[in-house]
Amino acid sequence: MSNVAPIALAELRDLRLAFGEKEILSDLNLQVPSKARLVVLGQSGSGKSTLLRLILGILKPTSGDVFFKGHNVTRMPRRRLNRIRQKIGMVYQYSALISSLSVRDNLALPLEELTRKTRKEIDQLVDEKLTLVGMAEARDKMPSELSGGMRKRIGLARGIIMDPELILYDEPTAGLDPVISSVIDDLIISLSEKIGATSIIVTHEMESAFKIGTHMAMLYKGKIIAEDTPEHFKNTDDPVVSQFISGNTQGPILEDTPLL
Amino acid sequence: MRGRLPFRLSIFFAQTDRTGVGSVPLVALVSFFIGLTMALLTGYQLQTFGQEQLVPGLVGVAFTRELGPLMTGIMVAARIGAAYTAELGTMVVSEEVEAIDAMGIGPLRFLVGPRVLAVFLLLPCLVVISDVTAMSGGALISRWAFDMPFRHFVNTALENILIRDIIAGTIKSFLFGLIIGLVSCYKGLTVSGGAAGVGGATTSSVVTAITTVIGFDTLCNIVLVAVFDK
Repeated sequence: MSNVAPIALAELRDLRLAFGEKEILSDLNLQVPSKARLVVLGQSGSGKSTLLRLILGILKPTSGDVFFKGHNVTRMPRRRLNRIRQKIGMVYQYSALISSLSVRDNLALPLEELTRKTRKEIDQLVDEKLTLVGMAEARDKMPSELSGGMRKRIGLARGIIMDPELILYDEPTAGLDPVISSVIDDLIISLSEKIGATSIIVTHEMESAFKIGTHMAMLYKGKIIAEDTPEHFKNTDDPVVSQFISGNTQGPILEDTPLL
Repeated sequence: MRGRLPFRLSIFFAQTDRTGVGSVPLVALVSFFIGLTMALLTGYQLQTFGQEQLVPGLVGVAFTRELGPLMTGIMVAARIGAAYTAELGTMVVSEEVEAIDAMGIGPLRFLVGPRVLAVFLLLPCLVVISDVTAMSGGALISRWAFDMPFRHFVNTALENILIRDIIAGTIKSFLFGLIIGLVSCYKGLTVSGGAAGVGGATTSSVVTAITTVIGFDTLCNIVLVAVFDK
């Protein structure tokens, strides 16, 4: 284990994760530059969401290290890990809003539990973040009263409520119509610019990926096989990356892992 | 943050309302019928020996010491234990528990603490209601079937109930509350496998909680007899 602090905001080093015999990630290395919007591409079930859970310390790797601002989150006591998690916002694929709490209470929860802010300050912050995602009118609604796109936006507002330094997005536009997807994409870009946070976006929707990303990485067979700018990704000669981007059925991806 | 309660107070009060106040009708009704049936059946048998005056003592002691905590434990395990497991299990499946964990809050203070404490503190209160309604049922049927005045029933029952019976019943109620709370929350938070997983965990939670409650009841009886009745 190395204790040298990496320059990147987050870094995954020689990461391996296996559930019994099944290896999900192997020798995975990835650096997340500060202020970047890193899009992680990969097939469904390739371990992209798992990657985000490893960064949050929810899953522990079989071997290897995950650093956040130089702190190794894989070997951290629970109390310290909770403090690190307050600096990371997570936006879930299905929003994961607490169904028994109103939108206001969902957003207020981390502020009430983790800070000493007054009710007035909390309400102000909640209103501010709801306005940022264009959902101020949904303040007193319950999650069950909201559509998928609205929930996603509330999930986004909750993800940034603690002004995190790193925001993790798990399939932020999956299952949404093209217009709402575009709204969410724009929101991700404007949020990262407004609050100056670094973002990791896991997706397999290429249009969103190229629109949002300032950096890109491709996860394939448990490893990061390419890490570059979106322009270089578009013009790559890597057969796997280029097949994934084009959605071509002919190529190494289906030859290696036949789906049909 | 330091200097805070290990559970969220607003959720604790919501859970006490649901666990305690919400369970009163069920516990009262079932206990009333069991008390009534018990008095009726034992009364008929004892009547053949002319000993029906033993009915109040029998119902009183049986409920304060044994049936009150046991029946309430079983009812609460079925009603509240199942609800806790299904609720927490659904939250696990819909990633709500993970989201709470990911925020750095941790599910103990927010989810487990208020629930376990609510059922732990409220079960003894429900047992008191169970004892009182069971004796009311017994008194009512004794008045009708054996011509026993209410005052006589109450006085005889109180004469027969010993402090040690009440202590034994109270210790059991706290213990059963703790068992139900811990089992149901554990089963809920360890759910895997979607909707079917939640269903399976809920069944397992009720079965485990009831079996454990009966098991600990037996154990308590052995220990309490060894301690008090020598």
